[in-house]
Amino acid sequence: MSDITKQSLTQLVENIKNKKLSSTDITKAFIERSEKSKELNSYITDDFTSALEKAKKFDQKPNLNLKLPGVPMAVKDLFCTKNIKTTAGSKILSNFVPTYESTVTENIWNEGAILLGKLNCDEFAMGSSNETSFFGNVQNPIDENLVPGGSSGGSASAVAGQLTPITIGTDTGGSIRQPASFTGIVGLKPTYGSCSRYGIVAFASSLDQAGPMAQNVRDCALLQEVISTYDTKDSTSIDFKRKQYSKELTNNIKGKKIGIPKEYRIDGMPKEIEDLWQKGVQYVKDCGAETIDISLPHTSYALPTYYIVAPAEASSNLARYDGVKYGFRAQGENLIDMYEKTRSEGFGAEVQRRIMIGTYVLSSGYYDAYYLKAQKVRNLIKNDFDEAYKKVDAILTPSTPSSAFKIGEKTNDPVSMYLNDIFTVPVNLAGLPGISIPAGHDSKGYPLGLQIIGKAFDEQNILNIAYAMEEKIDFKNKITDWWIK
Amino acid sequence: MSKNSSEYLINRKDKQYEVVIGLEVHAQVLSESKLFSTSATKFGAEPNTQVSLVDAAFPGMLPVINEFCVKQAIKTGIGLNAKINNRSVFDRKNYFYADLPQGYQISQFKDPIVGEGKVILDMPDGQKEVGIERLHLEQDAGKSIHDLDPQNTFVDLNRSGVALMEIVSKPDLRSPDEVSVYIKKLRSIMQYLGTCDGNMQEGSLRADVNISVRAKGSKEFGTRCEIKNVNSIKFMQMAIEYEANRQVNLIEEGKLIDQETRLFDTKKNETRSMRSKEDAHDYRYFPDPDLLPLEVSDEFIDELKKDIPELPDVKKKRFIDKFKLSPYEATILVSDINIAKYFEEVVAKMGKNKDIKLAVNWITGELFAVLNKKNLEISQSPVSAKNLAILINLIKNGTISGKIAKTVFELMLEGDKDPQKIVEEKGLKQQSDPKTIEALIDKIINDNREKAIEYKQGKEKLFGFFVGQTMKASGGKANPQLINEILKKKL
Repeated sequence: MSDITKQSLTQLVENIKNKKLSSTDITKAFIERSEKSKELNSYITDDFTSALEKAKKFDQKPNLNLKLPGVPMAVKDLFCTKNIKTTAGSKILSNFVPTYESTVTENIWNEGAILLGKLNCDEFAMGSSNETSFFGNVQNPIDENLVPGGSSGGSASAVAGQLTPITIGTDTGGSIRQPASFTGIVGLKPTYGSCSRYGIVAFASSLDQAGPMAQNVRDCALLQEVISTYDTKDSTSIDFKRKQYSKELTNNIKGKKIGIPKEYRIDGMPKEIEDLWQKGVQYVKDCGAETIDISLPHTSYALPTYYIVAPAEASSNLARYDGVKYGFRAQGENLIDMYEKTRSEGFGAEVQRRIMIGTYVLSSGYYDAYYLKAQKVRNLIKNDFDEAYKKVDAILTPSTPSSAFKIGEKTNDPVSMYLNDIFTVPVNLAGLPGISIPAGHDSKGYPLGLQIIGKAFDEQNILNIAYAMEEKIDFKNKITDWWIK
Repeated sequence: MSKNSSEYLINRKDKQYEVVIGLEVHAQVLSESKLFSTSATKFGAEPNTQVSLVDAAFPGMLPVINEFCVKQAIKTGIGLNAKINNRSVFDRKNYFYADLPQGYQISQFKDPIVGEGKVILDMPDGQKEVGIERLHLEQDAGKSIHDLDPQNTFVDLNRSGVALMEIVSKPDLRSPDEVSVYIKKLRSIMQYLGTCDGNMQEGSLRADVNISVRAKGSKEFGTRCEIKNVNSIKFMQMAIEYEANRQVNLIEEGKLIDQETRLFDTKKNETRSMRSKEDAHDYRYFPDPDLLPLEVSDEFIDELKKDIPELPDVKKKRFIDKFKLSPYEATILVSDINIAKYFEEVVAKMGKNKDIKLAVNWITGELFAVLNKKNLEISQSPVSAKNLAILINLIKNGTISGKIAKTVFELMLEGDKDPQKIVEEKGLKQQSDPKTIEALIDKIINDNREKAIEYKQGKEKLFGFFVGQTMKASGGKANPQLINEILKKKL
């Protein structure tokens, strides 16, 4: 069964339920392919031996009523997993083994899934190319020396490269949608408060949200259905009626009103992206939906706002990594010296940059000019969407302003790196759901994505639109297995 | 302005200085578990045995507010006659220290749960109102132990995350005595409410003291210094005395006072600089994104108001009105909820024909003396309210004299014995039969004929002699009133 790893989650679940495949067959196949794919550097930690044991155990007494029966999967190394090393892509947590499980991963195991391992990511999810990971670059399966995007770069690479049928990432400013777009897969950032943040290494608490990444929209819907639960251990978790997203999935989007925001037509955007967007407009029209030109006037302030709010929260969230209680510790002459050495050696350059920006914008004398102002702008951005949603049901934009770039291409230019998130960041600031689907290729044959932004808690609607478009687009990812020698 | 004798002024040559004091009291919320985690809060547990993953700030751990602590803070606010804010916000106060696992303390900065209120102080020369600026909830830090090892510091996180109420007064206090009364009043209110045990030895109540001085009559505030973390009333008073004089001396020398944080050295009885304003931490406060703003409805607050017991000020007024106590007596009795309870129990057990004045005298006199001597709280009193009530009734109905009562009281201390039984067993009942006493008196007059004559000739002092002799002959049991009456007739 050499084509096991090419199957979608939906197919795998069906094959397990029909007893055409066992969990062991599937787990073995993904392990074998993962072993042959070390070149991609998608994994930080694998748990293959115990994954196989769990698969065998599942097959002995298979519970086929579960949503992910015996399905193996790897997860981003930002989710704390009990007794499995959890590094957040950082040296400072390179030896950290949690004694607890994140709510989101707990939900997944409760539905029968089996952990394959922990996937590479930018350090503390800070990056757009997976180049800030202490554990090295991740290769994009699309082409050699191409970044997979970030921060969920290992996750995107692993799904596109078929090392895992599905995965979960986290998205603070685009960390699921941008790598999904760069690797030709589907990635959903749910509404803030939909998935519990309990047990996820925090980057920016008011923006962080876990979400599914998969080969297609249906798989994404099924995984979202599993991971989204109300959790009293997270005070920002919201108790709303969650849908059976995969069951209610439909390609009937007739009469839906889709907003096209003019502010996303930015200067210097490649023509390929503009053309893709136009194609997207045509696709939704072909599906019977209506497009309406809208305005989100504060869009251009989103990126600067994000780069104040996110570092501010990060500077405080990362204060706990001080060498005192767990993780990496450098020896010092005294407490202060130990702090300085631990944090200088333990954090990479990008993380240090953001801690410094965050510390600066929260400092007395600067707080009002930066942090407070950014919060006000954040409200204006939220209001933009509220206004737009009086007229439309969802919004269609490109996912990223470009296709994937080469490793090393932008590492010395943080601002150009930050610009990658220009279309995804407003969604996080407004706490809305957004999904990226592969919609075409650029001239180099690299995938390009389109983003559908929904109303809060309206995941079903954007999944439906994505599902309908997916059918029309009929995207084929060009995976050549170049890394398997 | 008060022109009373107890005014606290610092005199220098031709000038008088007034001291201006404001307190930031840190009161540990009486609760089973911590402010944002389910760990226990018991005092004196083995180090690091009451620590959850949240308290130790493990990656991905999130705070969840303990509703009980919120209720406790609101109740305390009600007890301070303060405005309860329907919306308050938890902020992060960022700084690095080994016993602060998160690298920040969750506190309330801009929007506290409780706003302005007031506390009434009963001073010897009348009442004084002290304004409350605010009350907010915050987490306590852990404890660094520096003296267990020459090289290393040990950290105990049991206290990490325990709920504290910071109660900030307005700069309305003017003397060490007022500070003492203020702290006792706060403690008393919280003990009535059951929101803080007020135990200063265990650190449940401690204060930062803000002090400045100014020429008497001046309206401007001087530059203040903050004395951190003083944990007894006595030390607060000593620190204020020292610090006020230090500041006055600087002014007299023509020097400036630096706004700074100081520490009180209890061994040397002096304050010294900890950090200057320039070195002050920049805490980079911002709203904690892990917690939503705390919203409490008026209904929620009203529900808590129903649980508020009678507080000291109201109880005092009732004692004065109902029991005809003096304000002074009432103040003493309501100062501690357990004393008030004891007193009311005695009153209840005395029944119909009660002598409340006598009860007050016995409680604040004999009983307090014993408690002081044995270093006991009233809740540990060796004499129960019921038995004290019986004893007082025995005095009131003439069964025993006040003097005999003291003997009986001494015997009651051993095992809370019933005074009625003691009186019977020891035969201490008062002689109130006029005939018996008359017989005794006849005999004494007979035996002391010469003295009786001297008395009749005008040596009135000798009356006391006859009283004494009669009492002695009765074994101390004769009713002194009857002795007086009969002697007057006979002599």
